[in-house]
Amino acid sequence: MKKTIADLRSAFIAGTSTPVKAIEAALAVIKEQDGEIHAFLDVYDDVVEAAEAATALYKEKGNDTPPLLGIPVALKSNILIKGKRVTAGSKILEKYTAVYDATIVKRLREAGAIFIGATNMDEFAMGGSTENSAFGPTRNPVDTARVPGGSSGGSAAAVAMGAVPVAIGTDTGGSIRQPASFCGLVGFKPTYGAVSRYGLIAMGSSLDQAGPLTNSVTDAELVHNVMAGADPMDATTITEDTYSEVPLKETYTFGVPRHFMADGVDEEVLQAFDAHIELLRAAGHTIVDIELPLFEQGLAAYYIVMPAEVSSNLARFDGIRYGLSAEADNLLGVYEKSRAEGFGKEVKRRILLGTYVLSSGYYDAYYGKAELVRTMMRRELAETFKKVDIILTPTAPTPAFKLGEKEDPLAMYRQDIFTVPVNLTGVPTLSFPMGTVEQEGKQLPVGIQYIGPLGGDKRLFSIGKKVYDTR
Amino acid sequence: MNREEITHLAALSRIRLSEVELTNLEKELSSIVAYVSAVSDIAADDVATTPNVGVRFNIFRKDEVTNEGDQYTKDILAEAPATEGRYLAVKKILEIGD
Repeated sequence: MKKTIADLRSAFIAGTSTPVKAIEAALAVIKEQDGEIHAFLDVYDDVVEAAEAATALYKEKGNDTPPLLGIPVALKSNILIKGKRVTAGSKILEKYTAVYDATIVKRLREAGAIFIGATNMDEFAMGGSTENSAFGPTRNPVDTARVPGGSSGGSAAAVAMGAVPVAIGTDTGGSIRQPASFCGLVGFKPTYGAVSRYGLIAMGSSLDQAGPLTNSVTDAELVHNVMAGADPMDATTITEDTYSEVPLKETYTFGVPRHFMADGVDEEVLQAFDAHIELLRAAGHTIVDIELPLFEQGLAAYYIVMPAEVSSNLARFDGIRYGLSAEADNLLGVYEKSRAEGFGKEVKRRILLGTYVLSSGYYDAYYGKAELVRTMMRRELAETFKKVDIILTPTAPTPAFKLGEKEDPLAMYRQDIFTVPVNLTGVPTLSFPMGTVEQEGKQLPVGIQYIGPLGGDKRLFSIGKKVYDTR
Repeated sequence: MNREEITHLAALSRIRLSEVELTNLEKELSSIVAYVSAVSDIAADDVATTPNVGVRFNIFRKDEVTNEGDQYTKDILAEAPATEGRYLAVKKILEIGD
């Protein structure tokens, strides 16, 4: 039985359970299942003291305690937590210990969260299946022949197998939402800048946001609110007044870009999507068709902008300052061999691609053009949000696929078709299960995306709670 | 994209690639570059008038000291593969007398 944060907290306050028991239960699930699932890269053995302190505090103060007190939380292994190993799923950081806490870790800690481990991920968050981890893949608890999605696949699996009620992921092109879809969870990608990136191992700095994977929209909102807010250590964080207020309404106008789903989407996924739309219509909402022609260029633009930022961000791994260092005769050799031995296939591919699109003679044709597309997409979206309140698409074109099924990089990239336009434009998106599709006798979950305007995070939580939590 | 170009990109990227990797990347990068070239179909008519919706510029904060001297020095140096005293050690890049 998968518990929500709300369930746990009520039990803690009522005294029917305690943080000590919750942590013991979490560790028992990990012990029992993680040999096969491999959601965790590290499990922390120093949490008992914190759980005992939390238990005592509930006894003393009950409801008058921080909102996440005693809640077990898992962190994707690209989020810095002081004194713990943080690997980004890469051999190059296999022995790296974080020297400070990420801002989100600091805020979760202050809210009483107990971190119980670091979760597996595609190396440096590059991938959609968690098969690119240097430490071996994670399996989907729904069907262990299948991937949990990625890159936050370990975080998704940790929640889906019932170890924790919430795990934190990061989303550069769908890395929270697609695993949420594959594992039957709620996943939230905030408005760009809503959550500080200080202390996240950077992939694409203009795209990255951290967010929760949970069993309910209520939990996702709670955890997001704890993590969000301006941070002097991240100049891209926004404040309450950065964007004009996005009002909450009783009924909304939903826009559906049908043209965008014409190709490459599983028939059963479309059926689940249509069923969800009927449900919204029955609840009194208005559904209209919209055109977002530039969104079809989104994937191409993303696979220029993102590798460009990757090639710059990963230049810091040089075998000199931290991480793996290879022996060589000269300094250049140290760089080249450390990076050759430390990075996996997909990371090398993207660094080379990024170097190409940024190189002299190609910059204008690729990077310059992609940034232009991105700006035009933002404008197209701003115009669209004058007519509709929320945009709907499936989160991913398929349910979870099998391990080893997508060998061709481009086939894997096409998984991101619906998720990347969101990161390119910075808008917030909530993904939650819209149903299941049957494949080979298994019911596989599929998710729907509610895409809101910039700063519209609250609107998504508000409608998400009504539609999903009260289902 | 040919082998020579991949070799050049690898050098720029400071990554030593094996022959097998070069062969694979030649094929993979060619198909990815062909795919992303779709962006060139977009007409660049109104570059200058395109407003930057949702991007913040020139955000400053006070240049304040946020930590004690040496607060992190030991921990950071402990992560370095090679150190000498309070310094990172690197290979010599200048030959005296050349």
